[in-house]
Amino acid sequence: MKRRKIAVVVLAVMMLTVFAVGCGNSQQDSDGKTENADKAKVGFIFIGAPGDAGWTYSHDQARQYLESQVPEVTTTYRENVPEGADAEANINQLVQEGCKVIFANSFGYGDAVLEVAAKHPEVVFMHASGVKTEENVGTFFGRIYQPRYLSGMIAGKMTQSNTLGYVAAYPIPEVVRGINAFTLGAQAVNPDVKVKVVWTTTWFDPTKEKEAAKTLIEQGCDVIAQHQDTYAPQQAAQEAGVYSIGYHSDMSKFAPDACLTSVVWNWNEYYVKTVKSVLDGTWKNEPYWGGMEDGIVGLAPISDKVPADVKQMVKDKEQAIKDGSFKIFAGPIKAQDGTLKVPEGKVMTDEEMLNFDWFVAGVEGQLNK
Amino acid sequence: MDSAAIVALLTAAVVVGTPLLYAAMGELLTERSGILNLGVEGMMLVGAVLGFMITVNTGNYWYGILAAMFGGGMMAAIHAFISVTLRGNQVVSGLALTIFGTGVSGFMGKPYQGVNISMPFDIINIPVLSKIPVLGPVFFSHNILVYASILIALVLWYILYRTRWGLTIRSVGENPAAADAVGISVSRVRYLCTITGGILAGLAGAYLSLAYAPSWQENMTAGRGWIAVALVIFALWNPLRAILGSYLFGGVEALTFRLQATGVTISPFFLSMFPYILTVLVLVIVTIRLRQEAGAPTALATPYDREER
Repeated sequence: MKRRKIAVVVLAVMMLTVFAVGCGNSQQDSDGKTENADKAKVGFIFIGAPGDAGWTYSHDQARQYLESQVPEVTTTYRENVPEGADAEANINQLVQEGCKVIFANSFGYGDAVLEVAAKHPEVVFMHASGVKTEENVGTFFGRIYQPRYLSGMIAGKMTQSNTLGYVAAYPIPEVVRGINAFTLGAQAVNPDVKVKVVWTTTWFDPTKEKEAAKTLIEQGCDVIAQHQDTYAPQQAAQEAGVYSIGYHSDMSKFAPDACLTSVVWNWNEYYVKTVKSVLDGTWKNEPYWGGMEDGIVGLAPISDKVPADVKQMVKDKEQAIKDGSFKIFAGPIKAQDGTLKVPEGKVMTDEEMLNFDWFVAGVEGQLNK
Repeated sequence: MDSAAIVALLTAAVVVGTPLLYAAMGELLTERSGILNLGVEGMMLVGAVLGFMITVNTGNYWYGILAAMFGGGMMAAIHAFISVTLRGNQVVSGLALTIFGTGVSGFMGKPYQGVNISMPFDIINIPVLSKIPVLGPVFFSHNILVYASILIALVLWYILYRTRWGLTIRSVGENPAAADAVGISVSRVRYLCTITGGILAGLAGAYLSLAYAPSWQENMTAGRGWIAVALVIFALWNPLRAILGSYLFGGVEALTFRLQATGVTISPFFLSMFPYILTVLVLVIVTIRLRQEAGAPTALATPYDREER
């Protein structure tokens, strides 16, 4: 009996070891450790894996760009780092390895970043979508709602049923802002349009997101937009023969017939600029919320299914957004129930936009608080 | 909701319920032989990732399906070895299998995240039958994996209740000592049932990664393996009830989005909790009922040791 018990324990330990190897966040050096001693090291903490075609993918693209553009820099990253204690341990490790700049790409890393930053004033920390800056902690994010407005214009022009679908993750200001911008964009070119919203309460669960998209298609939506990290809603649109709008990166390869364009992040120039400013000592801890004028957010190439005049219209509007002559959340804007939320002549402040908790008129969906 | 919406909901219930059905049938067969395997989630994940990897590399999803079955079966073999040969604690081994499967699938699947396969299973409309109103679209207009799952459930029911094999399997699950006495190899039956159960769990995973949402995401089963374990209890270890239960659970998941889209004011967080609440409710109700009528195989989760008779 005893021998048997030992065997069970040994087996269990073996399995757990493999699990640790499998699940443990892997670390990758971009190139060999030799001859890099005099290079400045930049570290990255990623919430997902670079292969996800989504959020982390966009950050990893920029990491590679940074390395190719700034020869005096070498990078290292940790992927699939859970928020909380693990994040702190991983950030600490990057500091021990001598990273001069550390980028953390999830809102939930906030506490860990501030904790480690307080102990290591010599290191610069950049927290994506963060809210709190310190002497050596900067925050950065992009005004993704700007390209979302443009994608709404395309959807509004391409819809036959005047019903657009939006597969949304969580009812938080970031997502609500995107839905509102998308709706306003669609209404600007098609006043009769309405946008149906379904919440999945997940960032990446392909089966749920696909089911949500299928539901919207059943309900008569013929353009499906998404605020999700997988491309499952695109697949649903492709299979059903309706249109879709991708998010994070160009998703047209997953749904060549459906995908009209994608709303994309492009951190490339921002990463390069930030790291260069740290290296030459001009870095400041300002909170950064950049828009299309900086190229940090934008539209992927627009499908040939979209008529040339619509493309031109989008291009003109993009120009107006870039030069500041057009503001998306400028009054008059009415809420779902018809109350005037932003009066004529007023523009929503950043503060107000960061706390968006109401839908504009034309959105069909619930915002439970 | 109009009738078209109801047909759409029922169709979605079958589509969403199919992976549950595969996994529940596997677990049902395993438990019928007296082995409790809580590693369904892990076996599904390994099946999903292997199926996806092999399909990407060979360009043929049938190879992917085979690989998924192989992966699920191998995982189950580990469990069978621990629970039958070593007579270890089945709960611990099953849980370890889930953790192991989660880790190893995430590890293997890393390079495959975001890889695209543009070759979904075709919808096959069964002639004549698919033209029947309501029943046609709900049951007879699906991909081949959906049909296969229903067929397997029917065959499984027939084997368990109408054949000598079924009697053998059930007797091993009810009273292994008696089965042993009449010359049945308890170990062999348990090995076979556990491994076949794993093969079905692997298929459940492949359905998710190849047919339902062709892609690989870490942890893409999202708790469906656990729902399948509860489904077996709900089904009172009867494959026909498992069909019903799977579609019920599938329907509940499909309903959550449709309720939102039709403008019902229930929090989305509550709605996505729904299948799990139902799971808990089912377990409570069935457990209370079980006091009256026999349901679970008597020897479930008890290792059989000839010398301890």
